[in-house]
Amino acid sequence: MPVGTHDQTVDDLLPAVVPVRFVAEDGTAVEPPEGYAAPADEQLVEAYRRMVLGRRFDRQATALTKQGRLAVYPSSRGQEACQIAGVLALREDDWLFPTYRDSVALVSRGVDPVEVLTLLRGGWHCGYDPATTRVAPQCTPLATQTIHAVGMAEALRRKGEDSVVMAFIGDGGTSEGDFHEALNYAGVLRAPVVFFVQNNKYAISVPLAKQTAAPALAYKGIGYGIRSEQVDGNDLVAVLSVLTEAVRHARTGGGPFLVEAHTYRMDAHTNADDATRYREDDEVERWESADPLPRLETYLRGRSLLGTEDIAAAHDAAEAFASRLRDEMNLDLETDPLELFDHVFADATPQLREQRAQLASELED
Amino acid sequence: MTAMTMAQALNAALRDALREDERVLIFGEDVGPLGGVFRITDGLTKEFGEDRCFDTPLAESGIVGLAVGMAMGGFRPVVEMQFDAFAYPAFEQIASHVAKMRNRTRGRVPLPLVIRIPYAGGIGGVEHHCDSSEAYYAHTPGLKVVTPATVDDAYWLLRDAIDDPDPVIFMEPKRLYWSKDEATPGDRRASSFGRAAVRREGRDATLVAYGPSVPVALQAAEAAAGDGISLEVVDLRTIVPFDDETVVSSVRKTGRCVVVQEAQGFAGVGAEIAARVQERCFHSLAAPVLRVTGFDIPYPPPKLEHSHLPDVDRILDTVDRLQFDDEPDVLHLAREAS
Ligand SMILES: Cc1ncc(C[n+]2csc(CCOP(=O)(O)OP(=O)(O)O)c2C)c(N)n1
Ligand SMILES: [Mg+2]
Repeated sequence: MPVGTHDQTVDDLLPAVVPVRFVAEDGTAVEPPEGYAAPADEQLVEAYRRMVLGRRFDRQATALTKQGRLAVYPSSRGQEACQIAGVLALREDDWLFPTYRDSVALVSRGVDPVEVLTLLRGGWHCGYDPATTRVAPQCTPLATQTIHAVGMAEALRRKGEDSVVMAFIGDGGTSEGDFHEALNYAGVLRAPVVFFVQNNKYAISVPLAKQTAAPALAYKGIGYGIRSEQVDGNDLVAVLSVLTEAVRHARTGGGPFLVEAHTYRMDAHTNADDATRYREDDEVERWESADPLPRLETYLRGRSLLGTEDIAAAHDAAEAFASRLRDEMNLDLETDPLELFDHVFADATPQLREQRAQLASELED
Repeated sequence: MTAMTMAQALNAALRDALREDERVLIFGEDVGPLGGVFRITDGLTKEFGEDRCFDTPLAESGIVGLAVGMAMGGFRPVVEMQFDAFAYPAFEQIASHVAKMRNRTRGRVPLPLVIRIPYAGGIGGVEHHCDSSEAYYAHTPGLKVVTPATVDDAYWLLRDAIDDPDPVIFMEPKRLYWSKDEATPGDRRASSFGRAAVRREGRDATLVAYGPSVPVALQAAEAAAGDGISLEVVDLRTIVPFDDETVVSSVRKTGRCVVVQEAQGFAGVGAEIAARVQERCFHSLAAPVLRVTGFDIPYPPPKLEHSHLPDVDRILDTVDRLQFDDEPDVLHLAREAS
């Protein structure tokens, strides 16, 4: 009598004991891991350009908070390898379910940066069209988006589309019940969904050690029958390779996949947070030397895939992008208070119509 | 016209919706082969297959969250919460996503889904099986909150809910599941959302009720008629959208109003109705608007629930407090004349 309820073996599901890595912190190649293919050279060069642009966008957004143009901004500086690899691993017809921290990924996906920043600028909640971009609204109630991702994956599967869904989540979010419900549902439904945990070591001020006793967050997959992997989250080559495999697995009927990327949040939780209250400067400095951007740059240069001119061009493009964004964000935001009543229901109730009329007359006074 | 129970009417509504619209899906706990603990989904898996009506893992937030994702993906999920109090794990999904998705996305992502919740007491249920939780949902902008009181309404309001472009919390008074009456399944008709029904016409006072309290209000009206008091009974059918018009025109006619709800009274739906009535009918009122409600206590154990639930006597006692003797003659005469 078999004891298990499924045909997958435990070893197939378990993550590597040591996070998957292709490139060391100094930019030199390490012995490539088994079971994961190196991404194509052109894709790595493209990833580099996007990381440069992503970091510039991130810096610009933080600057916009200082000018009062954004109410708040949660920076992902230091997490660009994750942000960009997550997007590059997906096709255009795949869906992304991001969190508040993932603006760089959205911009890299091609969502209009002004529309991405609508939420933080305060003009509305979600500024882009999820239906056309296939990007769900950036989600703030932690982990709730992961179960939506499973539902979307199940919907796509039923419609016969071979699209997959990637749900982003932070390390702290993995403690929430919805994350576990999502993993369990995904496992049971064998939904084509990839759970991508960016373990940046903190949930606001709370360090990972207070969040879990698990040896790694990637081990949370096995209890739900989900194939899992852990990866050096500051090694773009590794993250892209593992996510590409995860997406392939999900797309070809293998079911869900959980990836934990070990990375680090270089800035405070948001511009409004003071990280010196809960972590030491030398910890941050240690992580500076693991910065994903110079690592990829050194690696690509070493392989002669990137020259000085390419680097300059990437930075020029990023500057131009930031300058356009600045100009657009400096325009005063146009809002219409009466729109507040437009999207509560498909058709406003009589009560909402009355309240709309009341506000309209208040605005006239 | 066919005689059936409310449970059968709900089952028929689900069956007809599954048949007419392939986007409709049913899922929840034990709704598959078992047919749900109240048998509302009886036979649906057999007729439509596991694909259309299926059991989920036991996790309510997951059920509702899955419905959100599937509705975003073009389906029309109709999910079952096994009991009122067991929907609480899903509250975050309901309040933060179900209710807000259309609004957050500026109308670009509507969520046409239905969350069915057997609710309220009167069936001798043990703790956590008898909550009246409608106020939580009614207080949340973006949700429609529906509760049938008749067998025919159970069928049609559920069809309306499934066809509605917005998320609907469909609250089924479980003690009425076995009530039997005529129902008229058949050709589609205009939605009854936002249209209260006058279940009994009367002259002297209006009883406003919904869901499980409607039959109680009707019994009270019958008893009052014996005493020469003519009570009108309004059944809200949908708490959201709320039909001010029907309630107001009834109270303007009768001049007196009692709101009947089974739920605990404090900050409940009845308080909202009482406020709305006095805001709109002040000059027509001959007495304060009164409420008949459950007490502000956790739902009682089975042997004590009869002390908690509003019954005919409590309603009649309250009607007695409508100051019929104090009424200035002039008001009385004016009403008689009109
Ligand atoms: C359900 C819920 N509880 C609390 C919060 C407040 N909150 C916002 S971000 C955050 C920390 C999340 O940490 P993590 O998941 O590691 O993601 P990170 O911010 O590091 O990207 C908290 C507690 C929230 N948004 N949602
Ligand atoms: Mg974190």
